[in-house]
Amino acid sequence: MSENIPDEGYDEWLDAVADGSGYYLSCANGHGSLPPRRVCPHCASREFAREPLPETGEIEAFTVVHVATPQFAADTPYATAVADFDGVRLTGQLRGTRPEDVSDGMTVEAGVAESETTGERLLVFRPR
Amino acid sequence: MSNARVAGVGLTHFGVHPERTSRDLFAEAGLAALDDAGVDPADVEGVFYGNFMGELAESQGHQGPLAAEALGVDAPATRFESACASAGAAAREAVKNVRNGEADVLVAGGAERMNNLGTASTTEALAIAADELYEVRAGMTFPGAYALMADAYFHEFGGSREDLAAVAVKNHANALENEYAQFQREITVDEALDAPLIAEPLGLFDSCPITDGASAIVLVSEAYADEHDLDAPVAITGTGQGGDKMALQDRESLVYTPAAEAAAREAYADAGVTAAAVDVAEVHDCFTIAEVLAIESLGFVEVGEGITAASDGLTSRDGALPVNLSGGLKAKGHPVGATGTSQLAELTRILRGDHHNSPAVPDAEVAVAHNAGGTVASAVVHVLEVVE
Repeated sequence: MSENIPDEGYDEWLDAVADGSGYYLSCANGHGSLPPRRVCPHCASREFAREPLPETGEIEAFTVVHVATPQFAADTPYATAVADFDGVRLTGQLRGTRPEDVSDGMTVEAGVAESETTGERLLVFRPR
Repeated sequence: MSNARVAGVGLTHFGVHPERTSRDLFAEAGLAALDDAGVDPADVEGVFYGNFMGELAESQGHQGPLAAEALGVDAPATRFESACASAGAAAREAVKNVRNGEADVLVAGGAERMNNLGTASTTEALAIAADELYEVRAGMTFPGAYALMADAYFHEFGGSREDLAAVAVKNHANALENEYAQFQREITVDEALDAPLIAEPLGLFDSCPITDGASAIVLVSEAYADEHDLDAPVAITGTGQGGDKMALQDRESLVYTPAAEAAAREAYADAGVTAAAVDVAEVHDCFTIAEVLAIESLGFVEVGEGITAASDGLTSRDGALPVNLSGGLKAKGHPVGATGTSQLAELTRILRGDHHNSPAVPDAEVAVAHNAGGTVASAVVHVLEVVE
């Protein structure tokens, strides 16, 4: 977060999502998770393979945030969702739709955009 | 093994006290607890202190010794941080130490100063209890996280904003006579529904306030209580703690809180009681939906049925199982690092019969406290019983 020093694992992952080559970690037992991981949070497996992130996911739950942290003060109101990408879940902010048009079950794709407040990049979902 | 008796409890007023330092807040609560116990501060062998955001609010780390010093106690002191379950975790370790014979007299408590930061910075500070990389950077706030759980709950089991408002209305009513409470006023369902939205479906009245305050309890061994002829009829007979994945996205489901289920199982087994034996409970209603999830995890109602417990009256003051007779986090307030021991203080008074709402449960003998951290990635449950 501070002074352009990357967070190893996370920043490469976000780079990959940004250029359309997003992935997730799949353990020996098929559980999905996101880097950095040395151990599967679901079964303690230490073997991972990188699997391509499915092109689309489905919104499992969403909220429209009206009171934000200072980092997103100018972005409100915005929708944040947890979406299931068939094997791994992601948390992202909705773009390309009005917050009031978001619904559970909506099909979305993952991408990267910038906070309107700070210009910091973040994971976003866009309707497909 | 000795039971850990609650010899004394102390609270500050919970509310907006931005000018008060956490050390002073804790000193007030701790001294009140020592006075209530009738225990000589020189006998205290350790301070187990909960605090969540002292670095951010007061640029102050290493708060354990500071808290002990403020209280006038010359003994080892450690700060516990488990987000909103910090004081619950502190109390749990103190209980274990007394029961194991490591100590005869310990103070457990916590303090939090929050209102000196303002709403935006406090929202930022609270968000550090979520996963920074994968949640906060995507704009998730703390109310937002519970809002996701509420949305998922509605989707899976049904429920409405009206059902959630009933939780807030109940807890406000319970706090009316609580001199320590931030809000001593009633609200209506319509008021709750008309209030500004924070993170849909949660509005302002679904959310606990930002609170400054402190709490403390004095725990003693039975031998010490007997030797000093203390009036300490309430014991903590069960303690349990559970954990879960930090981020909601890594949970099996957004609508269960298995950490609280695990903590409850452990605490009930420890005390040798079942959920059916519980007469009264204080649960962690940082948001109205959190009370719903809590009473399900504690086994008071079936999963999926907690949503109507408040509107049906089950958990009201006159109900079969009153929940949050203090007013809960919602109306009494939530100074994050102080909440866990505040619940234990309220329940001790309720069981002793000197609480404003003791008359609602005159025969209560078994009480449960449920203290949750983050989106319940940490949960601490305690069972309190009248043993004398």
